[in-house]
Amino acid sequence: MGKVIVVTSGKGGVGKTTSTAAIGAALAQKGDKVVVVDFDVGLRNLDLVMGAERRVVYDLINVIQGEAKLAQALIRDKRLQSLYLLPASQTRDKDKLTPEGVEKVIASLKSAFDWIICDSPAGIERGATLAMRHADAAIVVTNPEVSSVRDSDRIIGLLDSKTVKAEAGERVEKHLLLNRYDPARAASGDMLNVDDVMEILSIPLLGVIPESANILRASNIGSPVTLCDSSSQTAQAYFNAARRLAGEAIPVTIPGEKRSFFGKFFGRKAA
Amino acid sequence: MKILSFFRKRASATAARERLQILLAHERASVSGFDLVSVLREEILAVIAKHVQVDSRHVRVKMERGMPVSTLEVDVEIPFDARARAA
Repeated sequence: MGKVIVVTSGKGGVGKTTSTAAIGAALAQKGDKVVVVDFDVGLRNLDLVMGAERRVVYDLINVIQGEAKLAQALIRDKRLQSLYLLPASQTRDKDKLTPEGVEKVIASLKSAFDWIICDSPAGIERGATLAMRHADAAIVVTNPEVSSVRDSDRIIGLLDSKTVKAEAGERVEKHLLLNRYDPARAASGDMLNVDDVMEILSIPLLGVIPESANILRASNIGSPVTLCDSSSQTAQAYFNAARRLAGEAIPVTIPGEKRSFFGKFFGRKAA
Repeated sequence: MKILSFFRKRASATAARERLQILLAHERASVSGFDLVSVLREEILAVIAKHVQVDSRHVRVKMERGMPVSTLEVDVEIPFDARARAA
């Protein structure tokens, strides 16, 4: 039985889609069978980030409406045998994403995959609540910035109240993925640091992804960063996050922090 | 001047953290779907009604949240002859 993960944030532009692609690919790279599902009906982008935009024939709404079978809508990644994409619809009416339909699709995916990773749309409307509805665990993508932290807090509240697990009195595992982190700015006191965000949101840390040019490069060429630039610090941070998600106990390393011992000293003097 | 700008820089993340802590304490209380004030209002009214007859329209419960303390203000209008009527 597969595990359903929702990648969510409330705020837009914090890196949900790139993180979905990178973690999905990282899990597939270690041999697990993974499907990444785009819930952003009307504004799909996971296909583009995954480099599969020209291979979309059927989508999630087609499957829900019974116009296509699930197997017809699933797109197998060209680079990784065990990675699949279920794209969102681009043009259709959002109301066609029904709770019953989503439940059915998730149930079928659970029997066929090890991981079902749902890329949530921004906001707290229907698409976002349906993306989290059946989640066993959530990755809350947060930037070290006030509006993102506030929205994450709101989303954590929804995860604790509006999911099937929460309604049954169970807990949805929640993991913080701190994205676009700049260790130098955090060290100089100009950016919320890892401890600040963890203290405010009080959920366990899945990983810290450094702000980096690799991400833009990866989306430019349509490949998850763990595939196209696997030795980069960014990719390594995602690999480790994926391993922690799978239950491995690896200590979280904060990118660039070793340097910052010196950096702190000189950085402060220079300020 | 250097020292001043150093302190100013240090303050921005601290300011962010403090502002968030205060804001989220409020929002968690109000967004959680549990309306504390209206529950308190009903229960306070029920207790008072055991002893004196009051009109529910004349009971005002107001909560002001702040740091470090929040205040609960209860304003009940009791008519002159209420006791007699309740008895």
